[in-house]
Amino acid sequence: MLKALASVGRYVSLMWRVFARPERYGMYFKQYLKELQQLGVNSIGIVLLISLFIGAVITIQIKLNIESPWMPKWTVGYVTREILLLEFSSAIMCLILAGKIGSNIASELGTMRVTQQIDALEIMGINSASYLILPKIGALMTMIPVLVIFSIFAGIIGAFASCWFIGIMPATVLEYGLQYMFVEWYVWCGFIKSFFFAFIIASVSSYFGYTVDGGSIEVGKASTDAVVLSSVLILFADLVLTQLLMG
Amino acid sequence: MIEVSHLYKSFDGVDVLTDINAKFYDGKTNLIIGQSGSGKTVLVKCLVGLLMPERGELMYDNRDFLKMDKREKKRLRTEMGMLFQSAALFDSMTVLENVMFPLDMFSDKTYRERARRAMFCLDRVNLTAAKSKYPSEISGGMQKRVAIARAIALNPKYLFCDEPNSGLDPKTSLVIDELIHGITHEYGITTIINTHDMNSVMGIGENIVFIHKGVKEWEGTSKDIFAAQNEKLVDFIFASDLFKKVRDVEMREAASGGAAARRG
Repeated sequence: MLKALASVGRYVSLMWRVFARPERYGMYFKQYLKELQQLGVNSIGIVLLISLFIGAVITIQIKLNIESPWMPKWTVGYVTREILLLEFSSAIMCLILAGKIGSNIASELGTMRVTQQIDALEIMGINSASYLILPKIGALMTMIPVLVIFSIFAGIIGAFASCWFIGIMPATVLEYGLQYMFVEWYVWCGFIKSFFFAFIIASVSSYFGYTVDGGSIEVGKASTDAVVLSSVLILFADLVLTQLLMG
Repeated sequence: MIEVSHLYKSFDGVDVLTDINAKFYDGKTNLIIGQSGSGKTVLVKCLVGLLMPERGELMYDNRDFLKMDKREKKRLRTEMGMLFQSAALFDSMTVLENVMFPLDMFSDKTYRERARRAMFCLDRVNLTAAKSKYPSEISGGMQKRVAIARAIALNPKYLFCDEPNSGLDPKTSLVIDELIHGITHEYGITTIINTHDMNSVMGIGENIVFIHKGVKEWEGTSKDIFAAQNEKLVDFIFASDLFKKVRDVEMREAASGGAAARRG
């Protein structure tokens, strides 16, 4: 318990350093653009691929499991949309990204720590925590909502693909269900949740990477711990945010 | 000049540095020597502020580093350059970008002026041809030279080198030693080198501080070292047969020189 509290204290004190005034805004902006590319743009492919297939699979599963003469066929489209908007494209996609991006951040910072690159920044008089972590948090909070949009669209295309190529139901019926009783607020809920998840992924993974003490084994451990804790916190935050936003 | 007085540092109740007093002079290569685990690296880390000593005084040209506020420390750090044991180059940047980095961060010069300065520093370490390469594409010796170029980019007053020859072959070590020695004299830098490489000690040791188990045991120059009577220093220096032979030759020469002088 004491160890956990000490970790929380170290995390808060690291974040205090991260949100200090940058030494040179231009350099931070350059770093921010680099992180947008590395963490965000490089994740578009995996997000599209996963969303496309999951969109198709959700449609097939729902079609097979709720088939009943009492249930209109367009319900499949309606349920698919709600799942994509409310949970899959925000929470589940962020869980997947926590694995990809979180381990990337933790191992990058951990390697910088063990190879003394962070010490080199400190000796130059640079706030290394802020220079290395702030652009990552900013970039992820910018890119993850964009990835959520990409995921929603790819999921819907996947749902249509299951109609066009597998022929599980007419695409027009699916389309009717997708448009049925559309609530715009649900899209905003996904965005709002993804902002929080982005902060969790970037800050928690950075904490584990930045505070590595030791060698390559510790870097690997930090990377795993970052993914596990980010995922747990995303699930917990999802529960709280869903209750707050929709309860 | 950097002056250390009564410096103490411990970890979990174990004393690592005990009452260290030393002076490191301008325009000289000051060496901190000692066995592995003697506290050399901890002392250098205390000097650059990566570790905070429990007690003592640390004066940078009469400015007490330990009493400075954050802003003053930051300003002083722009006067420091450091060469790490692992070179600590930024993997994601090219050689030129690495050298330009401190200039980009702290200099108000135009991009062209910064690039010119970085190229000058790379030229000083004979690495202009490697400017577009990444650290992973160059050898360990070249990485150390890039790190030296980066360390001198901002014209530092103080240069710290943590085991600059570790992992290098003797010939490359000599190149690095001569480079550091040359730069120190050229720019009048206060250079502090943490090493246990006896070739460096004999080659460039203008002011040597010997530390044993966290205690300063001896201070002098490379010329004094063969005549030193400190037992721990003698054990450390003459651990190798080669240096024992060199000492015997030196002592024989001194004795025969003394006898000849008496006869004369």
